[in-house]
Amino acid sequence: MATFTEKIRKQFPILHRTVNDNPLVYFDNAATTQKPERVLERLRNYYAQENSNIHRGAHYLSHKATEAYEKARGTFQSFINARHHHEIIFTRGATEAINLVAHSFCKKFLSAGDEILISAMEHHSNIVPWQIACNDHKATLKVIPINEQGELAPNAYEQMLGEKTKLVAITHVSNALGTINPVKEIIAAAHKKNIPVLIDGAQAAPHIPVNVQDLDCDFYCFSGHKMYGPMGAGVLYGKEEWLNQMPPYQSGGEMIKEVRFEETFFNELPYKFEAGTPNVADVLGMEEAVRFIRDTGPDAIARHEDDLLQYATDKLKKTEKVRLIGTATNKTSVLSFLFEDIHPYDAGTLLDKMGIAVRTGHHCAQPVMDFFQIPGTIRVSFAAYNTHEEIDALANALTRVRKMFE
Amino acid sequence: MKTIREKEQLVTNEFDRFDDWMDKYNYLIELGKSLQPIDDTYKTEQFLIKGCQARVWLHADYRDGKVVFSADSDALITKGIVALLIRVLSDQPPQDIIDADMDFIDRIGLREHLSQTRSNGLLNMIRQMKLYALAFQKTKQ
Repeated sequence: MATFTEKIRKQFPILHRTVNDNPLVYFDNAATTQKPERVLERLRNYYAQENSNIHRGAHYLSHKATEAYEKARGTFQSFINARHHHEIIFTRGATEAINLVAHSFCKKFLSAGDEILISAMEHHSNIVPWQIACNDHKATLKVIPINEQGELAPNAYEQMLGEKTKLVAITHVSNALGTINPVKEIIAAAHKKNIPVLIDGAQAAPHIPVNVQDLDCDFYCFSGHKMYGPMGAGVLYGKEEWLNQMPPYQSGGEMIKEVRFEETFFNELPYKFEAGTPNVADVLGMEEAVRFIRDTGPDAIARHEDDLLQYATDKLKKTEKVRLIGTATNKTSVLSFLFEDIHPYDAGTLLDKMGIAVRTGHHCAQPVMDFFQIPGTIRVSFAAYNTHEEIDALANALTRVRKMFE
Repeated sequence: MKTIREKEQLVTNEFDRFDDWMDKYNYLIELGKSLQPIDDTYKTEQFLIKGCQARVWLHADYRDGKVVFSADSDALITKGIVALLIRVLSDQPPQDIIDADMDFIDRIGLREHLSQTRSNGLLNMIRQMKLYALAFQKTKQ
Protein backbone atom coordinates (compact mmCIF):
# COMPACT_ATOMS: atom_id res chain seq x y z
CA MET A 1 0.00 0.00 0.00
CA ALA A 2 1.26 3.42 -0.93
CA THR A 3 2.03 5.71 1.96
CA PHE A 4 0.33 9.06 2.55
CA THR A 5 3.13 11.04 0.89
CA GLU A 6 3.65 8.57 -1.96
CA LYS A 7 0.02 9.03 -2.96
CA ILE A 8 0.37 12.79 -2.81
CA ARG A 9 3.74 13.02 -4.55
CA LYS A 10 2.43 11.08 -7.54
CA GLN A 11 0.09 13.99 -8.23
CA PHE A 12 2.86 16.61 -8.48
CA PRO A 13 4.81 16.37 -11.76
CA ILE A 14 7.53 18.82 -10.72
CA LEU A 15 8.54 16.71 -7.72
CA HIS A 16 9.91 14.10 -10.09
CA ARG A 17 12.48 16.29 -11.76
CA THR A 18 16.11 16.72 -10.79
CA VAL A 19 17.96 19.92 -9.91
CA ASN A 20 21.74 20.14 -10.31
CA ASP A 21 21.75 16.37 -10.93
CA ASN A 22 20.06 15.65 -7.61
CA PRO A 23 16.43 14.72 -7.01
CA LEU A 24 14.58 17.93 -6.14
CA VAL A 25 13.92 18.49 -2.45
CA TYR A 26 11.47 21.35 -2.33
CA PHE A 27 11.41 23.12 1.02
CA ASP A 28 10.35 26.60 -0.10
CA ASN A 29 6.64 26.08 0.34
CA ALA A 30 6.07 29.23 2.37
CA ALA A 31 7.10 31.16 -0.74
CA THR A 32 4.91 29.10 -3.04
CA THR A 33 3.80 25.48 -3.12
CA GLN A 34 3.98 23.19 -6.13
CA LYS A 35 0.81 22.42 -8.07
CA PRO A 36 -0.86 19.03 -8.49
CA GLU A 37 -1.74 17.73 -11.95
CA ARG A 38 -5.47 18.32 -11.36
CA VAL A 39 -4.88 22.06 -10.86
CA LEU A 40 -2.83 22.23 -14.05
CA GLU A 41 -5.52 20.26 -15.84
CA ARG A 42 -8.23 22.58 -14.52
CA LEU A 43 -6.41 25.61 -16.00
CA ARG A 44 -5.93 23.85 -19.30
CA ASN A 45 -9.53 22.73 -19.44
CA TYR A 46 -10.82 26.21 -18.71
CA TYR A 47 -8.93 27.69 -21.63
CA ALA A 48 -9.58 24.67 -23.88
CA GLN A 49 -13.31 24.27 -23.21
CA GLU A 50 -14.83 27.10 -21.18
CA ASN A 51 -12.96 30.35 -21.83
CA SER A 52 -15.23 33.35 -22.06
CA ASN A 53 -15.69 36.68 -20.34
CA ILE A 54 -18.03 36.39 -17.44
CA HIS A 55 -21.12 38.25 -16.20
CA ARG A 56 -21.80 40.00 -19.49
CA GLY A 57 -22.00 37.69 -22.46
CA ALA A 58 -25.33 36.60 -23.88
CA HIS A 59 -24.01 33.24 -24.98
CA TYR A 60 -23.49 29.70 -23.79
CA LEU A 61 -19.77 29.88 -22.90
CA SER A 62 -20.19 33.11 -20.98
CA HIS A 63 -22.99 31.56 -18.93
CA LYS A 64 -20.83 28.51 -18.25
CA ALA A 65 -17.79 30.56 -17.21
CA THR A 66 -19.92 32.83 -15.02
CA GLU A 67 -21.52 29.83 -13.38
CA ALA A 68 -18.13 28.22 -12.70
CA TYR A 69 -16.68 31.45 -11.31
CA GLU A 70 -19.59 32.05 -8.95
CA LYS A 71 -19.56 28.41 -7.90
CA ALA A 72 -15.89 28.87 -6.98
CA ARG A 73 -16.93 31.77 -4.76
CA GLY A 74 -19.21 29.33 -3.01
CA THR A 75 -16.38 26.84 -2.58
CA PHE A 76 -14.33 29.51 -0.79
CA GLN A 77 -17.32 30.59 1.24
CA SER A 78 -17.53 27.08 2.65
CA PHE A 79 -13.72 26.64 2.79
CA ILE A 80 -13.47 29.41 5.40
CA ASN A 81 -17.11 29.20 6.54
CA ALA A 82 -18.14 32.73 5.60
CA ARG A 83 -21.75 33.69 6.32
CA HIS A 84 -22.42 35.12 2.86
CA HIS A 85 -21.42 34.30 -0.69
CA HIS A 86 -20.81 38.01 -1.42
CA GLU A 87 -18.32 38.31 1.43
CA ILE A 88 -15.75 36.53 -0.74
CA ILE A 89 -13.83 38.97 -2.96
CA PHE A 90 -11.39 37.53 -5.47
CA THR A 91 -8.05 39.34 -5.65
CA ARG A 92 -4.60 38.70 -7.11
CA GLY A 93 -3.46 37.41 -3.75
CA ALA A 94 -3.10 38.30 -0.09
CA THR A 95 -1.02 41.38 -0.91
CA GLU A 96 -3.71 42.87 -3.09
CA ALA A 97 -6.35 41.97 -0.50
CA ILE A 98 -4.48 43.91 2.20
CA ASN A 99 -3.93 46.82 -0.16
CA LEU A 100 -7.64 46.86 -0.92
CA VAL A 101 -8.55 47.15 2.75
CA ALA A 102 -5.73 49.60 3.48
CA HIS A 103 -7.01 51.82 0.68
CA SER A 104 -10.77 51.53 1.01
CA PHE A 105 -11.21 51.07 4.73
CA CYS A 106 -8.75 53.82 5.57
CA LYS A 107 -10.27 56.23 3.06
CA LYS A 108 -13.55 55.95 4.91
CA PHE A 109 -12.55 55.36 8.51
CA LEU A 110 -9.03 56.65 9.15
CA SER A 111 -8.51 60.29 10.18
CA ALA A 112 -5.63 62.42 11.43
CA GLY A 113 -4.42 61.32 14.85
CA ASP A 114 -5.87 57.79 14.55
CA GLU A 115 -3.81 54.64 14.98
CA ILE A 116 -3.44 51.32 13.18
CA LEU A 117 -1.97 48.43 15.11
CA ILE A 118 0.21 45.74 13.55
CA SER A 119 2.80 43.36 15.03
CA ALA A 120 6.58 43.15 14.82
CA MET A 121 6.39 39.80 12.99
CA GLU A 122 4.45 40.97 9.94
CA HIS A 123 5.39 40.30 6.33
CA HIS A 124 6.19 43.52 4.44
CA SER A 125 2.79 43.12 2.74
CA ASN A 126 1.11 43.69 6.07
CA ILE A 127 3.36 46.62 6.99
CA VAL A 128 3.86 48.84 3.95
CA PRO A 129 0.20 49.29 2.88
CA TRP A 130 -0.61 50.50 6.41
CA GLN A 131 2.43 52.74 6.48
CA ILE A 132 1.27 54.37 3.26
CA ALA A 133 -2.33 54.69 4.51
CA CYS A 134 -1.14 56.21 7.80
CA ASN A 135 1.01 58.67 5.87
CA ASP A 136 -1.87 59.63 3.59
CA HIS A 137 -4.29 60.15 6.48
CA LYS A 138 -1.81 61.56 9.03
CA ALA A 139 -2.39 58.59 11.32
CA THR A 140 0.17 56.57 13.31
CA LEU A 141 1.29 52.98 12.84
CA LYS A 142 1.82 51.18 16.16
CA VAL A 143 3.69 47.91 16.47
CA ILE A 144 3.05 45.14 19.01
CA PRO A 145 6.48 43.85 20.13
CA ILE A 146 7.62 40.22 20.00
CA ASN A 147 9.76 38.23 22.43
CA GLU A 148 12.86 36.05 21.96
CA GLN A 149 10.73 33.01 21.14
CA GLY A 150 9.13 34.91 18.30
CA GLU A 151 5.77 35.21 20.01
CA LEU A 152 3.76 38.36 20.59
CA ALA A 153 4.91 39.89 23.87
CA PRO A 154 2.28 38.92 26.43
CA ASN A 155 0.11 41.74 27.78
CA ALA A 156 1.57 44.34 25.42
CA TYR A 157 -1.24 44.04 22.90
CA GLU A 158 -4.26 44.86 25.03
CA GLN A 159 -2.54 47.90 26.48
CA MET A 160 -1.92 49.21 23.00
CA LEU A 161 -5.60 49.00 22.01
CA GLY A 162 -6.78 52.55 22.59
CA GLU A 163 -9.52 54.96 21.67
CA LYS A 164 -7.55 56.05 18.65
CA THR A 165 -7.06 52.51 17.30
CA LYS A 166 -9.10 52.15 14.12
CA LEU A 167 -7.92 48.72 12.97
CA VAL A 168 -5.73 45.83 14.03
CA ALA A 169 -3.90 44.00 11.20
CA ILE A 170 -2.05 40.88 12.24
CA THR A 171 -0.77 37.68 10.75
CA HIS A 172 -2.31 34.32 11.59
CA VAL A 173 0.99 32.50 11.04
CA SER A 174 4.38 34.22 10.76
CA ASN A 175 6.10 33.50 7.44
CA ALA A 176 9.57 33.98 8.90
CA LEU A 177 9.10 32.22 12.25
CA GLY A 178 6.18 29.83 11.90
CA THR A 179 4.51 31.21 15.02
CA ILE A 180 0.74 30.66 15.16
CA ASN A 181 -0.77 33.74 16.79
CA PRO A 182 -3.74 33.43 19.16
CA VAL A 183 -5.89 35.35 16.69
CA LYS A 184 -9.22 34.43 18.25
CA GLU A 185 -8.21 36.07 21.53
CA ILE A 186 -6.67 39.00 19.66
CA ILE A 187 -9.94 39.56 17.79
CA ALA A 188 -12.08 39.23 20.92
CA ALA A 189 -9.97 41.80 22.78
CA ALA A 190 -10.24 44.29 19.90
CA HIS A 191 -13.98 43.75 19.56
CA LYS A 192 -14.48 44.62 23.21
CA LYS A 193 -13.45 48.11 22.12
CA ASN A 194 -15.33 47.89 18.80
CA ILE A 195 -12.10 47.78 16.78
CA PRO A 196 -12.16 45.66 13.62
CA VAL A 197 -9.39 43.15 12.89
CA LEU A 198 -7.77 42.01 9.63
CA ILE A 199 -6.02 38.66 9.67
CA ASP A 200 -3.30 37.92 7.12
CA GLY A 201 -3.87 34.22 6.52
CA ALA A 202 -1.37 33.70 3.69
CA GLN A 203 0.66 31.22 5.75
CA ALA A 204 -2.26 29.78 7.68
CA ALA A 205 -4.82 28.78 5.05
CA PRO A 206 -2.58 26.05 3.54
CA HIS A 207 -1.90 24.45 6.91
CA ILE A 208 -4.68 24.97 9.42
CA PRO A 209 -8.46 24.93 9.04
CA VAL A 210 -9.85 28.48 8.97
CA ASN A 211 -13.33 29.36 10.22
CA VAL A 212 -13.96 33.09 9.88
CA GLN A 213 -17.25 33.02 11.76
CA ASP A 214 -15.68 31.23 14.69
CA LEU A 215 -12.69 33.60 14.67
CA ASP A 216 -15.12 36.49 14.19
CA CYS A 217 -12.45 38.40 12.22
CA ASP A 218 -13.61 41.37 10.15
CA PHE A 219 -11.23 40.69 7.26
CA TYR A 220 -9.24 37.59 6.33
CA CYS A 221 -7.02 37.10 3.31
CA PHE A 222 -4.89 34.47 1.63
CA SER A 223 -3.18 33.57 -1.65
CA GLY A 224 -4.03 30.58 -3.81
CA HIS A 225 -0.45 29.90 -4.89
CA LYS A 226 0.68 29.12 -1.34
CA MET A 227 -1.95 26.38 -1.12
CA TYR A 228 -1.32 24.33 -4.27
CA GLY A 229 -3.17 26.74 -6.55
CA PRO A 230 -1.87 28.87 -9.42
CA MET A 231 -0.20 32.24 -8.99
CA GLY A 232 -2.32 35.31 -9.48
CA ALA A 233 -5.45 34.51 -7.50
CA GLY A 234 -6.34 35.04 -3.87
CA VAL A 235 -9.21 35.80 -1.55
CA LEU A 236 -10.30 38.68 0.61
CA TYR A 237 -13.03 37.83 3.06
CA GLY A 238 -14.73 40.82 4.62
CA LYS A 239 -17.79 41.11 6.80
CA GLU A 240 -20.68 42.43 4.78
CA GLU A 241 -21.24 45.39 7.11
CA TRP A 242 -17.69 46.65 6.56
CA LEU A 243 -17.48 45.94 2.85
CA ASN A 244 -20.78 47.75 2.25
CA GLN A 245 -19.49 50.88 3.92
CA MET A 246 -16.16 50.90 2.11
CA PRO A 247 -15.67 52.77 -1.18
CA PRO A 248 -14.41 50.80 -4.23
CA TYR A 249 -10.68 50.12 -4.53
CA GLN A 250 -10.22 50.11 -8.30
CA SER A 251 -12.75 51.25 -10.84
CA GLY A 252 -13.74 50.22 -14.33
CA GLY A 253 -16.01 47.58 -15.77
CA GLU A 254 -18.06 45.15 -13.68
CA MET A 255 -17.90 47.25 -10.48
CA ILE A 256 -20.53 49.67 -11.75
CA LYS A 257 -24.30 49.64 -11.81
CA GLU A 258 -24.85 52.70 -13.92
CA VAL A 259 -22.41 55.06 -15.59
CA ARG A 260 -23.29 58.60 -16.62
CA PHE A 261 -20.77 61.31 -17.31
CA GLU A 262 -22.24 63.24 -14.38
CA GLU A 263 -22.13 60.35 -11.90
CA THR A 264 -21.53 56.63 -11.58
CA PHE A 265 -23.46 54.25 -9.34
CA PHE A 266 -21.47 51.35 -8.00
CA ASN A 267 -22.44 47.73 -8.17
CA GLU A 268 -23.27 45.71 -5.09
CA LEU A 269 -21.04 43.21 -3.28
CA PRO A 270 -18.88 41.43 -4.25
CA TYR A 271 -18.66 43.06 -7.71
CA LYS A 272 -18.02 46.52 -6.27
CA PHE A 273 -14.50 45.30 -5.44
CA GLU A 274 -13.83 43.31 -8.59
CA ALA A 275 -13.18 45.91 -11.28
CA GLY A 276 -12.29 44.69 -14.74
CA THR A 277 -12.19 41.20 -16.18
CA PRO A 278 -11.32 38.89 -13.31
CA ASN A 279 -8.70 36.15 -13.37
CA VAL A 280 -11.25 33.41 -13.98
CA ALA A 281 -8.84 30.62 -14.89
CA ASP A 282 -6.68 31.02 -11.81
CA VAL A 283 -9.69 31.34 -9.53
CA LEU A 284 -10.93 28.02 -10.92
CA GLY A 285 -7.45 26.55 -10.51
CA MET A 286 -7.42 27.78 -6.93
CA GLU A 287 -10.81 26.16 -6.39
CA GLU A 288 -9.39 22.88 -7.68
CA ALA A 289 -6.55 23.26 -5.16
CA VAL A 290 -9.13 23.50 -2.38
CA ARG A 291 -10.69 20.27 -3.69
CA PHE A 292 -7.23 18.70 -3.60
CA ILE A 293 -6.86 19.74 0.05
CA ARG A 294 -10.32 18.40 0.86
CA ASP A 295 -9.71 15.10 -0.88
CA THR A 296 -6.34 14.68 0.83
CA GLY A 297 -7.85 15.64 4.17
CA PRO A 298 -6.99 18.94 5.88
CA ASP A 299 -6.50 17.24 9.23
CA ALA A 300 -4.23 14.57 7.77
CA ILE A 301 -2.16 17.29 6.06
CA ALA A 302 -1.88 19.26 9.31
CA ARG A 303 -0.84 16.14 11.26
CA HIS A 304 1.76 15.21 8.65
CA GLU A 305 3.22 18.72 8.56
CA ASP A 306 3.38 18.95 12.34
CA ASP A 307 5.19 15.64 12.36
CA LEU A 308 7.70 16.91 9.77
CA LEU A 309 8.25 20.11 11.74
CA GLN A 310 8.92 18.16 14.93
CA TYR A 311 11.25 15.72 13.17
CA ALA A 312 13.22 18.51 11.47
CA THR A 313 13.41 20.60 14.65
CA ASP A 314 14.85 17.64 16.55
CA LYS A 315 17.38 16.98 13.80
CA LEU A 316 18.51 20.59 13.64
CA LYS A 317 18.84 20.83 17.40
CA LYS A 318 21.39 18.03 17.13
CA THR A 319 23.33 19.83 14.37
CA GLU A 320 26.39 21.71 15.57
CA LYS A 321 26.28 25.50 15.84
CA VAL A 322 22.72 25.80 14.60
CA ARG A 323 20.60 28.58 16.05
CA LEU A 324 16.84 28.21 15.65
CA ILE A 325 14.98 31.48 15.07
CA GLY A 326 11.37 31.26 16.22
CA THR A 327 10.81 28.79 19.00
CA ALA A 328 7.19 29.55 19.82
CA THR A 329 5.18 26.86 21.58
CA ASN A 330 2.53 27.00 18.90
CA LYS A 331 4.11 26.68 15.46
CA THR A 332 3.39 25.32 12.03
CA SER A 333 5.33 24.27 8.92
CA VAL A 334 8.14 26.86 9.04
CA LEU A 335 11.61 26.25 10.42
CA SER A 336 13.97 29.22 10.39
CA PHE A 337 17.57 28.83 11.47
CA LEU A 338 21.14 29.82 10.80
CA PHE A 339 24.62 28.60 11.50
CA GLU A 340 26.35 30.83 14.02
CA ASP A 341 29.36 31.32 11.75
CA ILE A 342 28.04 30.82 8.22
CA HIS A 343 26.12 33.47 6.31
CA PRO A 344 22.66 32.07 5.51
CA TYR A 345 23.17 33.11 1.92
CA ASP A 346 26.29 30.92 1.61
CA ALA A 347 24.51 27.96 3.14
CA GLY A 348 21.51 28.44 0.84
CA THR A 349 23.75 28.56 -2.24
CA LEU A 350 25.37 25.25 -1.37
CA LEU A 351 22.08 23.58 -0.45
CA ASP A 352 20.79 24.58 -3.87
CA LYS A 353 23.78 22.90 -5.51
CA MET A 354 22.74 19.74 -3.70
CA GLY A 355 19.21 20.00 -5.06
CA ILE A 356 17.61 21.35 -1.89
CA ALA A 357 15.42 24.41 -2.37
CA VAL A 358 15.21 26.64 0.68
CA ARG A 359 14.80 30.34 1.06
CA THR A 360 17.52 32.48 2.57
CA GLY A 361 17.42 36.10 3.58
CA HIS A 362 14.95 38.26 5.43
CA HIS A 363 11.81 36.60 3.97
CA CYS A 364 10.16 39.99 3.42
CA ALA A 365 10.18 40.49 7.18
CA GLN A 366 13.18 42.74 7.75
CA PRO A 367 11.96 44.01 11.15
CA VAL A 368 12.01 40.40 12.41
CA MET A 369 15.66 39.99 11.37
CA ASP A 370 16.52 43.35 12.96
CA PHE A 371 14.89 42.19 16.19
CA PHE A 372 17.07 39.06 16.29
CA GLN A 373 20.06 41.09 15.01
CA ILE A 374 20.80 38.64 12.21
CA PRO A 375 21.35 39.18 8.46
CA GLY A 376 18.66 36.62 7.65
CA THR A 377 17.87 32.97 8.11
CA ILE A 378 17.69 29.75 6.18
CA ARG A 379 14.03 28.93 6.00
CA VAL A 380 12.72 25.44 5.48
CA SER A 381 8.96 25.26 5.01
CA PHE A 382 6.85 22.16 4.56
CA ALA A 383 3.89 21.04 2.50
CA ALA A 384 1.82 17.88 2.35
CA TYR A 385 4.22 16.19 -0.10
CA ASN A 386 7.42 16.54 1.93
CA THR A 387 8.91 13.44 3.52
CA HIS A 388 11.09 12.41 6.45
CA GLU A 389 13.69 11.19 3.94
CA GLU A 390 13.92 14.70 2.51
CA ILE A 391 14.64 16.04 5.99
CA ASP A 392 17.37 13.40 6.35
CA ALA A 393 18.80 14.63 3.04
CA LEU A 394 18.72 18.19 4.37
CA ALA A 395 20.49 17.17 7.57
CA ASN A 396 23.22 15.41 5.58
CA ALA A 397 23.59 18.39 3.27
CA LEU A 398 23.90 20.72 6.26
CA THR A 399 26.66 18.56 7.70
CA ARG A 400 28.47 18.80 4.39
CA VAL A 401 28.07 22.60 4.34
CA ARG A 402 29.34 22.75 7.92
CA LYS A 403 32.49 20.85 6.92
CA MET A 404 33.20 23.10 3.94
CA PHE A 405 33.40 26.12 6.22
CA GLU A 406 35.64 24.59 8.86
CA MET B 1 53.63 41.88 -13.95
CA LYS B 2 50.83 39.89 -15.48
CA THR B 3 48.12 41.57 -17.54
CA ILE B 4 44.42 41.24 -16.80
CA ARG B 5 44.10 38.80 -19.72
CA GLU B 6 46.87 36.61 -18.36
CA LYS B 7 45.37 36.59 -14.90
CA GLU B 8 41.96 35.73 -16.32
CA GLN B 9 43.53 32.76 -18.10
CA LEU B 10 45.12 31.63 -14.85
CA VAL B 11 41.79 31.73 -13.03
CA THR B 12 40.07 29.91 -15.89
CA ASN B 13 42.69 27.14 -15.77
CA GLU B 14 42.27 26.78 -12.04
CA PHE B 15 38.50 26.45 -12.33
CA ASP B 16 38.85 23.94 -15.15
CA ARG B 17 40.51 21.54 -12.73
CA PHE B 18 37.21 21.01 -10.94
CA ASP B 19 34.38 19.05 -12.51
CA ASP B 20 31.94 19.35 -9.67
CA TRP B 21 30.41 22.67 -8.72
CA MET B 22 30.65 21.82 -5.04
CA ASP B 23 34.45 21.69 -5.52
CA LYS B 24 34.39 25.05 -7.29
CA TYR B 25 32.46 26.52 -4.38
CA ASN B 26 34.92 24.95 -2.02
CA TYR B 27 37.65 26.73 -3.92
CA LEU B 28 35.76 30.05 -3.70
CA ILE B 29 35.45 29.54 0.06
CA GLU B 30 39.20 28.97 0.32
CA LEU B 31 39.82 32.10 -1.77
CA GLY B 32 37.50 34.00 0.55
CA LYS B 33 39.37 32.80 3.61
CA SER B 34 42.71 33.87 2.15
CA LEU B 35 41.63 37.36 1.08
CA GLN B 36 43.75 40.07 2.73
CA PRO B 37 41.57 41.72 5.36
CA ILE B 38 40.39 45.22 4.57
CA ASP B 39 41.29 48.07 6.91
CA ASP B 40 38.44 48.28 9.45
CA THR B 41 38.04 52.02 8.82
CA TYR B 42 36.66 51.13 5.38
CA LYS B 43 33.99 48.78 6.69
CA THR B 44 31.42 51.57 6.71
CA GLU B 45 28.25 52.45 4.87
CA GLN B 46 30.30 54.62 2.50
CA PHE B 47 32.23 51.65 1.11
CA LEU B 48 29.31 49.23 1.03
CA ILE B 49 28.29 48.00 -2.43
CA LYS B 50 24.57 48.42 -2.96
CA GLY B 51 22.45 45.61 -4.31
CA CYS B 52 24.17 42.61 -2.72
CA GLN B 53 22.22 40.31 -0.41
CA ALA B 54 25.40 39.87 1.63
CA ARG B 55 27.34 42.94 2.68
CA VAL B 56 30.41 43.76 0.60
CA TRP B 57 32.84 46.57 1.36
CA LEU B 58 35.21 47.69 -1.37
CA HIS B 59 38.05 50.20 -1.16
CA ALA B 60 40.60 51.33 -3.76
CA ASP B 61 43.95 53.09 -3.57
CA TYR B 62 45.97 54.59 -6.37
CA ARG B 63 49.67 53.75 -6.15
CA ASP B 64 52.34 54.23 -8.80
CA GLY B 65 49.84 54.46 -11.61
CA LYS B 66 47.95 51.37 -10.51
CA VAL B 67 44.68 50.76 -8.73
CA VAL B 68 44.92 48.57 -5.64
CA PHE B 69 41.68 47.12 -4.34
CA SER B 70 40.82 45.72 -0.95
CA ALA B 71 37.48 44.24 0.10
CA ASP B 72 35.58 42.19 2.61
CA SER B 73 32.19 40.52 2.95
CA ASP B 74 30.19 38.94 5.76
CA ALA B 75 29.44 35.96 3.49
CA LEU B 76 32.37 33.72 2.63
CA ILE B 77 31.34 32.68 -0.89
CA THR B 78 30.73 36.32 -1.75
CA LYS B 79 34.14 37.09 -0.28
CA GLY B 80 35.60 34.39 -2.52
CA ILE B 81 34.00 35.94 -5.57
CA VAL B 82 35.29 39.39 -4.67
CA ALA B 83 38.74 37.85 -4.04
CA LEU B 84 38.61 36.47 -7.56
CA LEU B 85 37.84 39.92 -8.97
CA ILE B 86 40.61 41.49 -6.91
CA ARG B 87 43.09 38.91 -8.15
CA VAL B 88 42.30 39.82 -11.74
CA LEU B 89 41.79 43.58 -11.48
CA SER B 90 43.95 44.77 -8.62
CA ASP B 91 47.36 46.30 -9.25
CA GLN B 92 46.50 47.28 -12.81
CA PRO B 93 46.46 50.62 -14.62
CA PRO B 94 43.04 52.34 -14.53
CA GLN B 95 42.57 52.20 -18.30
CA ASP B 96 43.09 48.42 -18.36
CA ILE B 97 40.49 47.98 -15.63
CA ILE B 98 38.04 50.17 -17.50
CA ASP B 99 38.63 48.16 -20.69
CA ALA B 100 38.44 44.69 -19.08
CA ASP B 101 35.52 42.73 -20.56
CA MET B 102 35.51 40.24 -17.66
CA ASP B 103 34.20 37.46 -19.87
CA PHE B 104 36.18 34.90 -17.87
CA ILE B 105 33.26 34.99 -15.42
CA ASP B 106 31.11 33.44 -18.12
CA ARG B 107 33.92 31.12 -19.22
CA ILE B 108 34.27 29.59 -15.76
CA GLY B 109 30.49 29.29 -15.63
CA LEU B 110 30.22 31.44 -12.54
CA ARG B 111 27.41 33.66 -13.72
CA GLU B 112 25.05 30.87 -14.68
CA HIS B 113 25.68 29.20 -11.32
CA LEU B 114 24.80 32.28 -9.32
CA SER B 115 21.30 33.16 -8.26
CA GLN B 116 19.76 36.28 -9.79
CA THR B 117 20.50 38.40 -6.72
CA ARG B 118 24.05 37.16 -6.45
CA SER B 119 24.61 37.72 -10.14
CA ASN B 120 23.37 41.30 -9.76
CA GLY B 121 25.68 41.68 -6.80
CA LEU B 122 28.60 40.48 -8.92
CA LEU B 123 27.79 43.04 -11.63
CA ASN B 124 27.57 45.77 -8.99
CA MET B 125 31.01 44.78 -7.67
CA ILE B 126 32.55 44.98 -11.14
CA ARG B 127 30.80 48.27 -11.83
CA GLN B 128 32.12 49.73 -8.58
CA MET B 129 35.68 48.60 -9.37
CA LYS B 130 35.46 50.21 -12.80
CA LEU B 131 34.07 53.40 -11.29
CA TYR B 132 37.07 53.61 -8.99
CA ALA B 133 39.37 53.12 -11.98
CA LEU B 134 37.50 55.80 -13.89
CA ALA B 135 37.83 58.25 -10.99
CA PHE B 136 41.59 57.62 -10.72
CA GLN B 137 41.93 57.95 -14.49
CA LYS B 138 40.26 61.36 -14.37
CA THR B 139 42.44 62.69 -11.53
CA LYS B 140 45.47 61.55 -13.50
CA GLN B 141 44.53 63.64 -16.52
